[in-house]
Amino acid sequence: MPFLEVEGISKSYGSTKVVDNVSFSIAEGETYGLLGPNGAGKTTTISIIVGILQRDSGSIRINGKEHSVTDKASKAHIGFVPQQLAVYPDLSAVDNLRFFARLYGLSRADARRRSEEVLEVIGLSDRAGETVSAFSGGMARRLNIGIGLLNRPGLLILDEPTVGVDPQSRNAIFENVKKQTGEGVAVLYTTHYMEEAERLCDRVGVIDGGQIKAEGTQRELVSAVGEDDTIVLRMDGGRESAIRTLEALPETKQVSGEGSEITMLVADARAVLPQVLDSLTQTGTVLRSVEVREPDLEAVFLHLTGKALRD
Amino acid sequence: MSAILTILIKDLRQRSRDGTLLLFALALPLGLAFMLNALLGGSSGSGEGGFTAEYTVVDEDGGDVATAFTEGVLGPLEDDGLLTVTTAATEDDGIESVESGDADAAFIIPSGFSDSLADGESVELTVIGSANAPEAVQVAREIGRAFAGEHRRIQLAVTIAAEGSDTDGAELAQRAGETAAPVTVEEDASAQRRELDTVTYYSAGTAFFFLFFAAMFSVNSIFEERGNGTLARLLAAPISRPGVLAAKLSSAVLVGIASMAILVIASSLLFGADWGAPLGVAALSVSGVLAAVGITAGVAGFAGNSEQALNWLSVIAMLLGVLGGALFPITQLGALSTLSYFTPHRWFLDGLANLSADGSVATVLTPVLVLLGMAAVGGGAALFRMGRMLHS
Repeated sequence: MPFLEVEGISKSYGSTKVVDNVSFSIAEGETYGLLGPNGAGKTTTISIIVGILQRDSGSIRINGKEHSVTDKASKAHIGFVPQQLAVYPDLSAVDNLRFFARLYGLSRADARRRSEEVLEVIGLSDRAGETVSAFSGGMARRLNIGIGLLNRPGLLILDEPTVGVDPQSRNAIFENVKKQTGEGVAVLYTTHYMEEAERLCDRVGVIDGGQIKAEGTQRELVSAVGEDDTIVLRMDGGRESAIRTLEALPETKQVSGEGSEITMLVADARAVLPQVLDSLTQTGTVLRSVEVREPDLEAVFLHLTGKALRD
Repeated sequence: MSAILTILIKDLRQRSRDGTLLLFALALPLGLAFMLNALLGGSSGSGEGGFTAEYTVVDEDGGDVATAFTEGVLGPLEDDGLLTVTTAATEDDGIESVESGDADAAFIIPSGFSDSLADGESVELTVIGSANAPEAVQVAREIGRAFAGEHRRIQLAVTIAAEGSDTDGAELAQRAGETAAPVTVEEDASAQRRELDTVTYYSAGTAFFFLFFAAMFSVNSIFEERGNGTLARLLAAPISRPGVLAAKLSSAVLVGIASMAILVIASSLLFGADWGAPLGVAALSVSGVLAAVGITAGVAGFAGNSEQALNWLSVIAMLLGVLGGALFPITQLGALSTLSYFTPHRWFLDGLANLSADGSVATVLTPVLVLLGMAAVGGGAALFRMGRMLHS
């Protein structure tokens, strides 16, 4: 049973529909990415799920139970990391954590203990007593995420958590997210960075204009839009015989050569690569390098919406 | 309840570190009360906390009525130590005494004053006041008006009596003049007892005036939370929206009560202010704080952002303070003084004045109920606009 089930939720402001019949689900231990440009409806969708905004229609179930804005029990299952740095700059890191821990119903002792644990997880134990206003952007981001982990959520929702973050902190955030899914947490992750969705998410929903345009694993999405993988082979001579060998393979869709380089299009490069290498070895071709280029989510998004992710 | 308490404690910690709030809630009220006491209370002489003034009388008339004024009206007040009266020969001397600061005001009784009054003609008793002693000048004007009013009553009585009597009108007037009571010390003292003394008035007025600013900064924390994104986190947490609003307003109320308590104690110790019976002061202070927070929250509910809320609330705090007599006596507002009944400041200060009159806590019941009513109206408006206030 999915931990989060979203069915046909919609939200309008006046005549503008900002979320339009959005449906998806996330299983325990799964990371679901909502991929779309700014203004696509990602944050509004998340705001509805966490209970900040009232939906106009549709239903949300968390852990099998109907969820609403006033439902404290289901809210307690959600860890929320807003896009904005939602921390108190005039309080210390540990005070921020203890405050939110208490807000989620942890006892004083549990809040203290859990705050220490989270500080360890986000790597801020040595800066616990410092006021957040003295933190770098990356440290504040890590604290922002840490607050979302305090209540040991079954569903962790992160809204563009890496905006303006240095590479080191970004990697730390990715590691934290993976650790959570490893512990069975369902993760909803919004981003407009294609690389993040590819690296982190088991499944992706491509959202634009408030609508989910397509959904699935990266491979499924690429297949659905009909984009091919590319294998680029570089070799020392024997190009023509190699081309003939590759053309004979049943999975080959197209082969072309230029200089010492051969480019071939196939439906699934990972599946066909061993066969390609075997065939070329049998013909005595000496390969200098092999590169597989899979169509990325950027291409999928472009195909689905007619525009680039950063438009 | 635990979540509300958690937010409340967090807010109080933040407010205690807020320099602007401390400035508006404590430093400015005390500073302004000290300045007003020094400038307005001190110049008219506030020995032992009471009012005294120095007047010059220029009697160019020397008639019966003029003598009745100087001896019958000013004399008893001087005997009671409220006034010091000196005389000057000419109007110029009288003006000189005021300009040199020797007198707070001068009464000029023109030549022919008594005869003109006896003939039923109108005459002027001129009061020349010092700009540096507005309170003493106001008192001088009121003494002049009271005397004029008393004289008119005698004239009317004589006219009515003469119409149905064989007695000669002049004789009646003489009798009336002999028996008419001057503006007695007892009557004035009775009126004075319903007024706060200068020190307490300015201490209470400034404290309540700045209470609105303290409430403003506390209520504005809702907009601050929205601005820094933490409001979204509060709304996503397992706590109801009314709970979030209750926590925010509770912190404003506690800050207000703490501010008032400190100001009451500090003004009593530092300036000698006499606020009255502690229980009555506590009832008025708590209901006053509730009114201030309720009105502030109600207005903030209609603001779109922090800047707009602060602008609106600053203007309203000023208007209510001025109209409510928090900074200067309501009598100086003239016809506008009726509006003061729509301000919590008026009711708060009236409550304190009632308390000082007879010391009974029961006398503050009406002001307290009015203040609680204002709190309910403001709080209701805030609750009605909660959705707008708490959207992240």
